[in-house]
Amino acid sequence: MSSTGILDIRDLTVGFTGRDGRGRAVLRNVDMQVSPGESLGLVGESGSGKSTLALAAMGYFKRGLRVMGGSVRFEGQDLLALPPTALQAIRGHALALIPQNSGQALTPSMRIGAQLDEALRLHSPLAAERRAARVVELLEQVRLPEPQSMARRYPHELSGGQQQRAAIAMALAGEPRALLLDEPTTGLDVTTQAHVLELLRDLARERGMAMVYVSHDLGAIARVCDRVTVMYAGEVVQSGPVRAALRDPAHPYARGLLASIPRLHDTGLPRALDGRPPAPGETGAACAFAPRCMLAEPRCIAARPALQPDGSGGLVRCLRADETDVRPVIAAAAPRERAALTDEAALTIDDLAIRYRQTGLVARLMGQDPGPATVSDVTLTLRRGETLGLVGESGSGKSTILKSLAGLLAPARGRITVAGGVALPGAVETRSPDQLRRVQLIFQNPDDSLNPRHTIGDILAQPLRLYFGLEGEALRARSAELLERVRLGAHYLDRLPSQLSGGEKQRVAIARAFAARPDLVLCDEVTSALDVSVQAAVLDLLDELRAENGTSFVFVSHDLAVVRALSDRVAVLYLGRLCEIGPAEALFANPAHPYTEVLLGAVLEPDPDTAPVLLARDVTEGAPPARGCPFQRRCPRKPGSICETDQPPVQDLGNGHVLSCHIPVQTGALQ
Amino acid sequence: MTDAAPSARHPGAALRMLAILRDLVRRPSGAVGLTLVLGHALLALLSPWLVPHDVTAVSALSMLGQPDALHWLGTDHLGRDIFSRVLMGGREAIWITGIATPLAVMWGGLVGIWFGLVGGRTDDVLMRIVDAFLALPWILKMLVLIVTFGTGDLVLIPTLAFFYGIPVIRIARAATHDVVARDYVQAARARGHRRLDIIVRELLPNVRDALLVEGAMRWSWMLLAFSSLSFLGFGVSPPTPDWGLMIADARGFMSFAPWGVLGPVIALSSLIIGINLTADALARTLGIDRAQKAPV
Repeated sequence: MSSTGILDIRDLTVGFTGRDGRGRAVLRNVDMQVSPGESLGLVGESGSGKSTLALAAMGYFKRGLRVMGGSVRFEGQDLLALPPTALQAIRGHALALIPQNSGQALTPSMRIGAQLDEALRLHSPLAAERRAARVVELLEQVRLPEPQSMARRYPHELSGGQQQRAAIAMALAGEPRALLLDEPTTGLDVTTQAHVLELLRDLARERGMAMVYVSHDLGAIARVCDRVTVMYAGEVVQSGPVRAALRDPAHPYARGLLASIPRLHDTGLPRALDGRPPAPGETGAACAFAPRCMLAEPRCIAARPALQPDGSGGLVRCLRADETDVRPVIAAAAPRERAALTDEAALTIDDLAIRYRQTGLVARLMGQDPGPATVSDVTLTLRRGETLGLVGESGSGKSTILKSLAGLLAPARGRITVAGGVALPGAVETRSPDQLRRVQLIFQNPDDSLNPRHTIGDILAQPLRLYFGLEGEALRARSAELLERVRLGAHYLDRLPSQLSGGEKQRVAIARAFAARPDLVLCDEVTSALDVSVQAAVLDLLDELRAENGTSFVFVSHDLAVVRALSDRVAVLYLGRLCEIGPAEALFANPAHPYTEVLLGAVLEPDPDTAPVLLARDVTEGAPPARGCPFQRRCPRKPGSICETDQPPVQDLGNGHVLSCHIPVQTGALQ
Repeated sequence: MTDAAPSARHPGAALRMLAILRDLVRRPSGAVGLTLVLGHALLALLSPWLVPHDVTAVSALSMLGQPDALHWLGTDHLGRDIFSRVLMGGREAIWITGIATPLAVMWGGLVGIWFGLVGGRTDDVLMRIVDAFLALPWILKMLVLIVTFGTGDLVLIPTLAFFYGIPVIRIARAATHDVVARDYVQAARARGHRRLDIIVRELLPNVRDALLVEGAMRWSWMLLAFSSLSFLGFGVSPPTPDWGLMIADARGFMSFAPWGVLGPVIALSSLIIGINLTADALARTLGIDRAQKAPV
């Protein structure tokens, strides 16, 4: 068995018993082998079974799931047959798991060193006096700065990326020979994510560890993995070397998935993958992907295809895999219809400053300096029908600005003006119904922004009643019309949000925003809770609605490629200060601000031949310095001490491209 | 709701209630609890036609009589039939607490939701007042009102409803805090809905489950409180039969006529246990953990 790899899953079928008493498979006849030193990526949409498979690799199954067939072997031992105590000895020791948000799984009341010491006590034979040295060694290994002092800190004293590293150090304490990672960098900033991935990649190579890396992010997979397994509806549809799998995959689903990812250097919107994956037990003896496949033939529905060699060293589950000439073309994003530029301003923000009320009563009475504001000196204009992308790491104030525009957070200073020169009062309570109607907000997670107890009809009725006083038949008709506009039918009116998929829910949220016939729509990470294939469709819908209605968008996202796909203009924020703003093409092609360069450099492309450009020691910050440029402490091109004392001057590079930096830029050189 | 909407939402709401009920009955604690509660309610309704003896008929000949074929649970110190009095003794308590409990949950719930929504300093100050109020022993507070205004349904119902609504504020406020942070409440605020709209449309449907369970719990505590009041002589006035009053009357003779206490005690505790079991099952059905919510 050892010749086939350290982790060896064969013909594994896992499922649950449905309400009707029938077995429903969540994983179907899955094979997975990983050798020492090899790293395997597991990709697929949510519900594809990739996390279930990763957990199965350590002999763990969620409640209600049971093994219906197959075997799971780790170093030759059958994990499914082992008694619980023997499993325990393997888990966390030879076989470790790093779950999503594992940085937050650290015990908040224990010092990092003590937590590592505990892990060592449980999982290594080291004597007590030798453990302290090993703790420092481990922290050094995950490249945490000043490991000695790091060991004495509490988790809350570490940044998100540092916490994640500490969690990785804990997983390494047992000297695992295989590491399972479930979306380990989801929720981290682009820059932090890139650093953590580099670390994982180097660790795996140095120590000859086997890794199974679960992610929906093909960029991360491309960076870390040697091989990729693509899951669809609980089965492996494609498996092979990373280069072939991400460049020219043989399976139509993998191709569709790749095409739906926005790329940093594409100007248009990616192509959406239509339809939705089948529920467990829904696919019978047919190809699971056939209903969504543009190559589907009658024989695809007649029998479930077997895995077969794809000609480039991998396996593929498709009857038409060898017909290379019919494969759908990847990429070639659809060019966006640009806004017809008028000079009419849809939104003007002038010298905006926002401050969270953090100072206590005593501090205020004593006249203490409250420190720099969360957001400060933000000035920008947005024209009618234009989309402005706001980018920056977490803590850059992009969501704070959106909240302030929506009136949920009154600004400390500054003016907000919407179309027609109407000045918006700060707080939502002081805005008139018409002012409220003009600005609408769409939230990140539709699970949280739609009341679970309301039907879709109730949800859409709220703005329609409030702003237009619609009732009865007119209300229902308009709601139905709105649902048609977001490509859902009137039959959704009586459903509850829980009966809808993630993408459908977000469409309802979009319909609710457009029910108000707004001038300005604020989008707060609206696609980050969605699968990539769904994301493409939602982006497409947003852009279509913008073009039809002449609506202006402020689009906040941490995903620069998504911003690139949708935006006409992009503003880069660092710690609540505007670094650079300009037309999307110019800004992405020729970033002028050092921070924009850092951000763009950290973006991971779903292409194994590209590598992120990273700064050697780059740590995210929490609060801006009291004086000078906000980026002074991290800047890789800092020209001198002037950055620490003087506010950076505003440089106009022409064509609306404005920069806030001490480094002089020659206007001609950029164009 | 609108004219068009009810046809769409009512089947859903009714179906949900049915599903909850079905789930409730499937749990052993729910089945036992519900049976006890429904049995008591039925008995309270029908007891005037069921009692074998006149509950106020005094008889000097059969004082503190042992249980026999005529008097199944014996007789009390005035020779009245204990079995008949036990059957009738819950009527007053169930009637008064049955009205006071929904009142308490309603006013406490609305105030709590309002506190939770408003938040900030207003909430801080008002909650400290609530805390101070809760720190006083409940019986003391209630006795002050009862002594001032006298007994009788018209005093007891508002008094019980008032005092038992105060702990509900805490629960409703806590449940609201979970919901207020959700984006759909933020979305409603950003759209510019009035506060009352937000409370009724966005918050109430999501806090309702917690309030339902809280209501069931409050009911059992209120029953105990009512019986205690009767026991102290401030609840039901004699000769109306009442469990608390009967226990108070019979406790002096407990050493040689223990049956006088036994009947009302079993009746009272079986009802309270029934309500508690139902509340437990309801909480689990609705997914609320009641284990940590200690009685106040």
